Amino acid sequence: MSPRDGDLLPRHGHAARVAHWAVALVFTMLFLSGLALFSPFFYWLSALFGGGPLMRFLHPLAGVVLVAVFYPYALAHVRDNRWLPADSQWVAHMFAYMRKEHADIGETHKYNGGQKLMYWSMLPIIAALAITGVMLWQPWFAPAFSPAARRVAGLVHAASAFVMFVGIGVHVYAALWTKGAIDAMIRGTVTRAWARFHHPAWYREVTGGKGGR
Amino acid sequence: MALQSLDIKDLSARTSTPPSARTALPVAKLVDVSRCIGCKACQSACMEWNDLRDVIGVQEGFYTSPPDLSDQSWTLMRFNEVEIGGALQWLILKDGCLHCEDPGCLKACPAPGAIVQYANGIVDFHQEQCIGCGYCTAGCPFRIPRLSARDSKVYKCTLCSDRVAVGLEPACVKSCPTQALSFGSKEDMLFLAEHRLEDLRERGFGKAAVYDPPGVGGTHVVFVLPHGDQPEAYGLPANPSVGLVQRAWRSGVARAAGVLTMAAVLVAGVLHYMRHGPLEVPPEGGDEGKVQP
Repeated sequence: MSPRDGDLLPRHGHAARVAHWAVALVFTMLFLSGLALFSPFFYWLSALFGGGPLMRFLHPLAGVVLVAVFYPYALAHVRDNRWLPADSQWVAHMFAYMRKEHADIGETHKYNGGQKLMYWSMLPIIAALAITGVMLWQPWFAPAFSPAARRVAGLVHAASAFVMFVGIGVHVYAALWTKGAIDAMIRGTVTRAWARFHHPAWYREVTGGKGGR
Repeated sequence: MALQSLDIKDLSARTSTPPSARTALPVAKLVDVSRCIGCKACQSACMEWNDLRDVIGVQEGFYTSPPDLSDQSWTLMRFNEVEIGGALQWLILKDGCLHCEDPGCLKACPAPGAIVQYANGIVDFHQEQCIGCGYCTAGCPFRIPRLSARDSKVYKCTLCSDRVAVGLEPACVKSCPTQALSFGSKEDMLFLAEHRLEDLRERGFGKAAVYDPPGVGGTHVVFVLPHGDQPEAYGLPANPSVGLVQRAWRSGVARAAGVLTMAAVLVAGVLHYMRHGPLEVPPEGGDEGKVQP
């Protein structure tokens, strides 16, 4: 390590970053094609996927890729996402934090309360999308389900996708807003100052408690 | 449209009003079950006119053949074996699309123009626009549309829209030897149905009724049922409707509210950034866990 590198702390490993951007890419494809199916106003997006029939064919396959990449990725990080008292404190001061007004964001570990809310909401929502998606998947799986069940599946699928978009929207904005976060997910590293400022408990943990200033 | 008879009243996933300067006479096919002798001439005529050939199946001890509707069988004589008053009865249903005034298939369809409702009431599928999602099969209260395994397109009875457009009656009506099938304006067909009811009541079918379910706004295929108090014995739902789940799922209001809320998330992000700016680590490193105002 050069002296300069000594200022950087590894935050996201190589596999995690690849998985993250794979999920991001697949989510974007699913969202754009799903939007075309959801609203006629956006049907023109089907042109990005080679037209309506091909889009309809690709959408569930992309869903399978999402499930196959997301869940192993998420499960590998379940330890860092356990809910701690500090996270409840973060959530209590969430809006003040967004206004950059409140002084105390708490002793956050690797992920703060907002990031953990995102994590724990995506686990069931992607499961709901996957299950209802299979129920709607023509021509292979949908015929096994009654029309009434498929109507409910369609409604749950659309509502879950809506929640997922809002969640991912907040996630993307938070990353753009928090300078250094995007770099961390691309290069995998953060500065010591960044770590100390945003995730003090994690900073002490990875620096063996010797991480004074 | 070049032909007035092909004027469109509604089409799937539309974003504007279809041409509606003209109105057409609503048409209907009347199926008088009491006159049906189960000869299946209508099935053959449908195959002939529409150039369809279903697979040759296996005789399983029922008169119903083929066993179900398919992409190759758009109408099917279902020989329901029902015991009424201690006697076995054949309640023959000419199954196929009823051409709802409020079509659940069209409401469910996400592909613009794949399902059209002509001004005369015929609901037709345009397979070249179909994307094969099968939502229409979930949206139909009568379980009519069939997704083809060969091309992933849905097919069903067209009420011979091509024949009707040039002033001919549907092929099945043309072939019926007992006048169990009639075709004309819906008004005329309902008038004829009332006469048939009177006749049936005189013959002892006190509960004979016309099946024109109001839950789907009425249909453009209307049945005269001798046992009109029990449509389910014929395999017809008692109170078909598009249903609340379907309306919530595919309603224009829900679509607009969803899209606008998602747009609001983007706008909120832009406004927040303009008002508060980015969250940056203070130059001196800052105190642990403190956000500088």
